[in-house]
Amino acid sequence: MTNLLEVKNLEVSFKTFGGEVQAVRNVSFHVDKGEIVAIVGESGSGKSVTVQTIMGLIPTPPGKVKNGEILFQNKDLLKLSKREMQKIKGSKISMVFQDPMTSLNPTMRIGKQIEEGLIVHQKLSKTEARRRAVEMIRLVGIPNAEERYNQYPHEFSGGMRQRAMIAIALSCNPELLIADEPTTALDVTIQAQVLDLMKDLKEKTNTAIILITHDLGVVAETAERVIVMYAGMMVESGRVNELFENPRHPYTWGLMESIPDTNAAHKSRLVPIEGSPPDLFSPPKGCPFAPRCKYAMEICLSEMPPAFEIGEGHHSRCWLNDPRAPKVENEVAAGREKQ
Amino acid sequence: MYIVKRVLTMFLTLWVIITLTFVIMKCIPGDPFASDADVLPKEVLQNMRAKYNLDKPLPVQYVLYMKNLATFDMGPSIKSETRSVNSIIADGIPASSRLGLQALVIALFFGLLLGIVAALNHNKPLDFAAMLFAIIGISIPSFILAPLLIKYFAVNWHLLPVASWGTWQHTVLPSIALAASPLAVIARFMRSSMLEVMNQNYIKTANAKGLSTMQLVIKHGIRNAILPVITFIGPLFVVLITGTFVIEKIFAIPGLGKYFVDSIFNRDYPVIMGTTIFFSTILVFTLFLIDISYRLIDPRIKLTSGGN
Repeated sequence: MTNLLEVKNLEVSFKTFGGEVQAVRNVSFHVDKGEIVAIVGESGSGKSVTVQTIMGLIPTPPGKVKNGEILFQNKDLLKLSKREMQKIKGSKISMVFQDPMTSLNPTMRIGKQIEEGLIVHQKLSKTEARRRAVEMIRLVGIPNAEERYNQYPHEFSGGMRQRAMIAIALSCNPELLIADEPTTALDVTIQAQVLDLMKDLKEKTNTAIILITHDLGVVAETAERVIVMYAGMMVESGRVNELFENPRHPYTWGLMESIPDTNAAHKSRLVPIEGSPPDLFSPPKGCPFAPRCKYAMEICLSEMPPAFEIGEGHHSRCWLNDPRAPKVENEVAAGREKQ
Repeated sequence: MYIVKRVLTMFLTLWVIITLTFVIMKCIPGDPFASDADVLPKEVLQNMRAKYNLDKPLPVQYVLYMKNLATFDMGPSIKSETRSVNSIIADGIPASSRLGLQALVIALFFGLLLGIVAALNHNKPLDFAAMLFAIIGISIPSFILAPLLIKYFAVNWHLLPVASWGTWQHTVLPSIALAASPLAVIARFMRSSMLEVMNQNYIKTANAKGLSTMQLVIKHGIRNAILPVITFIGPLFVVLITGTFVIEKIFAIPGLGKYFVDSIFNRDYPVIMGTTIFFSTILVFTLFLIDISYRLIDPRIKLTSGGN
């Protein structure tokens, strides 16, 4: 198949005063051309570290890639020189960050920030770059593009800034766009607009997208495949429809249960996942979720579950999927039919 | 609107400085002729005091002084009778300001360079080396550095003249001696500011665009990091170009620096007033320019005259 990106057995850790934090542990996934893949998980689950490693944005030291390959168009990004990597960053792979308020240079005009990549990668002349920048501003749905070109970030609202970020990221027609929680810092109506914009642009340009989020609603709406991460590991992955209909990991169940139910007639309490994630200085030998898992068995504490194949492309790292495990009726399925 | 208000405040500030200096100066015990009091007859002293209006009540002296000042006449020096305060300043300022400007350029260029290099090599040997250098620069006073420079560069190695003023070679050693400590301060300011900026999200964005480290630093780093340094170089500029007592004394430079100190010891009232007014005028005006330059560097800073 046409794998645009293939991450194999990626392991990243950080040296800190307290010891070595194993932020990403044995993560493998792939992204096809023009596909939207979502990575879901709570804070500290290694989502951001994974994608920042792809972009080569992890500061080393303290960060270190211990193991693994990141194949982009069959080239291992981890083996490229700094200069070769600079040619790929911003032109073939680009990134939209979480906080649009601080991700734009406050002392540079928006237009200039969009132009930079064009001048570096496509060697456009100043006038050409300017024309293209104005075009990009228009494309991401910012009105008065000519005027906006000359403005500074503080003259933009949050949603507008994120649009500008997307304009920067897409200016060179990248093959892969990495969006690291692009809507987390925005309010709900703006979130929807930004997501629609990204989906829209994906249709137009056939750019593949890795979308990091902790909002399952966003996943259901936008992504084609989803990867659920916990404590630096992939615990479940699969096509969105399949995974939502038939989630096979207790952590995924927990995530689904904890979505606030806006349709509930009475005031229902939010359902949290009890406990807290494991210490990544010394991750447990068995399943990292076991201490918080209602269904934990003896083996869960002592041995790491393998990735069981549930269906085509649907994997779950949970011992419950072993044929010898007791049958557990999963409590939630898509649409909360239970209630 | 802002500029008009600001200029008015500048004049008000100057007036307050002039008045305060005038009053405080007169509070110092003694007068310009105190040292002659034993030698000269009473009548002569009386006449001398009368010549300089020192026999009149303080408010009258003040009004007379301000009247003259309004016509830019700062009166004659009492101690060097043949010279007016205006000519003392006019004679001293070329040497002082040349020295000051050279020192400022050296301090800025090497200070910024050192700070940036240190920040980019955070916690690596180059960082430690730069900061060691900076601490040495801050800790060694100019009156120790200057003789050392003279000993090696002038006396031992005969590379440059020992002292006095004339050719550009004469300006090298004093400029370096003068620049050393501000250079070190600028380096430290720039380092910490640069470290902060390079950790900002927008640097990550710029990095994700595929810019080289050079482009990152020049286009995104320096402009955002330089504000605190600008704040510091305003007053520094004024101190440097109006002349410095120690360096000018050591290198025998015909600058303005010595008058700031000598005039006070001599109770040379017009010169005290003249140097103070000259210094504060330049200071107030420089600060005004600095405020305007903030706006040019950081578009988020709005120059408003109101409270909101």
